[in-house]
Amino acid sequence: MNKLLIWYGELITGKKLIKRGLLFLTPGMLWLILFLVLPGLILVVVSFAGRGAYGELVWEFGLGNYKRLIGYGIFGWTPDYLLILWRSVWVAVVTTALSVLLSYPLCFYIARKPPRTRYLWLTIVIIPFWTNMVIRTYAWFLILAPDMPLAKLAAFFKFIAPGMPLYPSAFAVYLGMISMFLPFVALPLFSSIERLDWTLVEAAQDLYASNTRVFMHAILPQTLPGLSVGIILTLVPAMGMFVVPDLLGGAKYMLVGNLIQQQFGTSRDWAFGAAISMGLMVLTMFSLYLYKRRNKDIDLL
Amino acid sequence: MRKINLLVSITAICTMVFLYIPLLSVAFFSVNDTKYGMVWKGFTLDWYLKLFQNEMILHAAWNTLVLAIVSTIVSTLLGTILAIGMDRFPWPRKMNTTLDLILHLPVIIPDIIFAAAMVVAFGFLRALSSMFEPGLLNMIIAHITFQTAFVALVVRSRLVSIGKEVEEAARDLYADTTYLLLKVTLPLLMPGIVAGAMLAFTLSLDDFVISFFTAGPDSVTLPLYIYAAVRRVVTPQIHALSTLVLMVTIIMVICMERFTRKVNIK
Repeated sequence: MNKLLIWYGELITGKKLIKRGLLFLTPGMLWLILFLVLPGLILVVVSFAGRGAYGELVWEFGLGNYKRLIGYGIFGWTPDYLLILWRSVWVAVVTTALSVLLSYPLCFYIARKPPRTRYLWLTIVIIPFWTNMVIRTYAWFLILAPDMPLAKLAAFFKFIAPGMPLYPSAFAVYLGMISMFLPFVALPLFSSIERLDWTLVEAAQDLYASNTRVFMHAILPQTLPGLSVGIILTLVPAMGMFVVPDLLGGAKYMLVGNLIQQQFGTSRDWAFGAAISMGLMVLTMFSLYLYKRRNKDIDLL
Repeated sequence: MRKINLLVSITAICTMVFLYIPLLSVAFFSVNDTKYGMVWKGFTLDWYLKLFQNEMILHAAWNTLVLAIVSTIVSTLLGTILAIGMDRFPWPRKMNTTLDLILHLPVIIPDIIFAAAMVVAFGFLRALSSMFEPGLLNMIIAHITFQTAFVALVVRSRLVSIGKEVEEAARDLYADTTYLLLKVTLPLLMPGIVAGAMLAFTLSLDDFVISFFTAGPDSVTLPLYIYAAVRRVVTPQIHALSTLVLMVTIIMVICMERFTRKVNIK
């Protein structure tokens, strides 16, 4: 270890270099370990603890919280929590799929614009990406209000009673989720579509490929890097989404994010909240694992 | 092919309308001269003026700003030093993967899990010191944590793209470590640091979930205020506040775009 070596043009002993390196690493890493890794580990431990009569933590370790999560309560088995978990995955998958479906035309449209105006269009997609999600979610209140055409139309077809807003409902949650996450797919996808080699598309067309085959064989493989980043950037946060189902779904369409918030808020059951978080974590890790297996050499960020 | 082009254009434009209609209607109703209902009653800026008389909103704006500025400064410092420490030293492979994993944690885990972990951790810290009652300090600590990771990632990618040649040349010309760091590495790194800081600042302004879990009664920020307000009733005043926040966002996005494009052209 203590041999002389040349590192970035400097003749230095290994020991000295390591010492200097640790000096640089320590402040940031100490912070991250103290406030990220350690709290994460504590959350794991707490998920095995119990809840006292006043909402305090009780240090009797057991699998009780997890049993409750998969449905075993005092009154036998109910699928309530599993249903919410399943619904969260389902909403995330549908949101991702529809966002991808809408992102392709959007990206093609922007990519075809001349370079001068192209970045203006791109900025138009970026602005919602950075807009606060509370504002973007509650903005749907206005669109879905009883006086607005959408609610009147729904009332006309007897989906809802006249004079009622279209929220809270599953429909509102989907609208909110897609408008929330569409830019998450569109932006990485655009960086791939911008570099698309159109000669391949033309070659496919010259060889009389149908439109579907042109897309599957000439466009999709080329845009896969951007697409898969977009999918993972949508799927993972969509599963843990809390604001959209809270404001637009209410008690009618609860997702796992709301369930976690409830435990840390009104229910004051930290241990159960921690266990649900672990459940969400497992779902996240599973989707990341699927992603990693398919895209070995694509990096996030 | 013509047909497909038309279809693409129509879908694209409809998608943009879909993205913007909610935001535009917020802006539209923020200048509507009526307190209730969705009917146009004439143009007014009253709701904007009333914002500046509302003690609570001013306090929330102040909190938002303090939180964003303090956490951005600390996280930019921590993140930059951390990035240099990770990239410029011969760490063994295993250690590199571990450091990399820790850095990516805030990026990949859903923020609600991070928020839950913060609640529990601060719950334990409260037993040690009353400093950790829910409030601004907790929020600042939580924000610094995820911002540091983002800053370090941005700065590190800049470090990688700089390469080692310039620094080697400086060493050959007898630059010592301090001189090298201050006069060579940091100036080269500046665009990355500024980009990281801007990212951290916007992330902090934008954050709702983590603030929601760690805030106390006295440390309400603008997103928290808007959330609490719309859960009760939606008023034109909230529309006005949201429109102002939206305008700030637009200005920041344009600045960020300008900045990154200029750096890329260089």
